[in-house]
Amino acid sequence: MEFIILSSLTAVLLLISFLKDRKKSMKALKMAGKRLLKIVPMILIMVILIAIILYYFPPDVMSRYLGGENRWLAMLSATVLGTIALIPGFIAFPLGGVLRDSGVPYMVIAAFTSSLMMVGLLTLPVEKQYLGMKVSLLRNLVSFVIALTVAVVTGICYGEIF
Amino acid sequence: MNRKTISLTVIIIICMGALAALFVLDPEAPGAIGRIFASNILSMLKILPFVFILIALFDVWVNREIIERHLGEEGGAVSFLWAVLLGGTTVGPMIVCLPVAAALYKKGARLTVIFTYIAASTVVRVPMTLFESSYLGVKFTIIRYAVSLPLIIGTSVLMGRGLQKKNYEIKE
Repeated sequence: MEFIILSSLTAVLLLISFLKDRKKSMKALKMAGKRLLKIVPMILIMVILIAIILYYFPPDVMSRYLGGENRWLAMLSATVLGTIALIPGFIAFPLGGVLRDSGVPYMVIAAFTSSLMMVGLLTLPVEKQYLGMKVSLLRNLVSFVIALTVAVVTGICYGEIF
Repeated sequence: MNRKTISLTVIIIICMGALAALFVLDPEAPGAIGRIFASNILSMLKILPFVFILIALFDVWVNREIIERHLGEEGGAVSFLWAVLLGGTTVGPMIVCLPVAAALYKKGARLTVIFTYIAASTVVRVPMTLFESSYLGVKFTIIRYAVSLPLIIGTSVLMGRGLQKKNYEIKE
């Protein structure tokens, strides 16, 4: 779905661009190719890391770590797990639904999905190319704290803490 | 050889070494990992070239003034609304927002707005949100939004202002 929208949008805009100005469009294409090539090595490293982690911790194994007795500990480990996991949303949220049905508190699910989306240790090789290592780490640290905050507030709102 | 290529080579050698060790310890691993790798790379290839073409088109066609007026120093509070909307409609994996952020920066968007955009694209993705609320309930989504949005804007402003003073720049 995303692919169809994205590719047709690109094709239409590229066509309009070429009709308006051939030279400018060629320049844009060259620019796109150069930038893509520059980031490819880091993307390769990232995908290798993802593949290794996903092999040893497939989503169903991960979910086993989230059902612990101590909900604070479970929340913290869910946040940590979320930072190293890279699961697309269309798998993560149904997984969240399954977890909830098996009795995992909302605060743990919120911790996992929030940090999953906001924090990415595996994407660091790519992120540092644009933002620099220091700022990338800072951004991820801040996001980690925000994910924890979201989890705690979720716990309060669902009456899981008080 | 500069430092970058050396560290890159070292990382690649370590990866190769790790893979070789895996092959000895767990003969099934490399094949399985290779398959996951291939499917992930494929999904990246389906998105990234288009993203980079769109960014380049943005680069050659969109006037710097427009970005400066709406997302630059003179943009005011509305800039953050744009940043959140732009982040929410970004498609693909998280890393897509990074080259977009770099392009916006080059066109004169201010740092506070760019950090808001990056954070928003990890928090308020519209298609993901629909998924989330259908599996976990609307209440869950509302709580997440209500807590994250003010926090990401607040921290982005702090980070942006702090870094601006240090002459920080986003690389292309």
